[in-house]
Amino acid sequence: MIIMYGLSGCSSVQPWEKQNLAKPEMTFEGDRLDTGYTEHIYSSKEASSGGAGIGGGGCGCN
Amino acid sequence: MIMKAFTLKKVKVGFITLVLSLGMSPNAHALGIGDKVADFSLLGKQGPVKLSDSAGSVVYLDFWASWCGPCRQSFPWMNEMQAKYSAKGFKVVAVNLDARNDDAMKFLAQNPANFTVAFDSKGQTPKAFGVKGMPTSFLIDKSGKILSVHLGFKPADKEEMEKQILSALGGN
Repeated sequence: MIIMYGLSGCSSVQPWEKQNLAKPEMTFEGDRLDTGYTEHIYSSKEASSGGAGIGGGGCGCN
Repeated sequence: MIMKAFTLKKVKVGFITLVLSLGMSPNAHALGIGDKVADFSLLGKQGPVKLSDSAGSVVYLDFWASWCGPCRQSFPWMNEMQAKYSAKGFKVVAVNLDARNDDAMKFLAQNPANFTVAFDSKGQTPKAFGVKGMPTSFLIDKSGKILSVHLGFKPADKEEMEKQILSALGGN
């Protein structure tokens, strides 16, 4: 019961509140050019893409 | 056996709470095509900006923020549209959703806006409109009805959106 009430404190982030998620510090990779190459190779090998940054190319948009 | 019954009731109540809280999502009623827009009054660059001020014009209502890359791309295009069609009764109203106004002002210094800008740092209008991504724009006709909703902004979208604006203005 207590856990349930505790969980209700987790509200979802609205699309317009993602200013901190959009910051480059919030992606996992350090070097952005490197990440670009890595993501390209990954998506051609996997035949799928995404999952690297926050949705929308890491800017939290779209 | 008493312990067993107690746990079961706990689980039932917990489950009902979970289901209820999931149901109460703020975007439960997003505005869509055909809906009438609700009026709002926000602070603008010079004085208050009310959506009802633009009644009788075709309004391109855009929700943007300084941290949103596609928003930066959309500004030159919105300037172009405003300049091209303002004489025909077209108005861009761009609502900024930055939590910090300083960020918005910095963005505007680098990306000048020759159209109406309003500031909603508390995020009340995007909630009322059911904004699902950044940026989101609503094309509103002269009677306040939503003609189209557009999520995101890509250069490839410009032609289609200009077509929609033209048809809303009554062709030409």
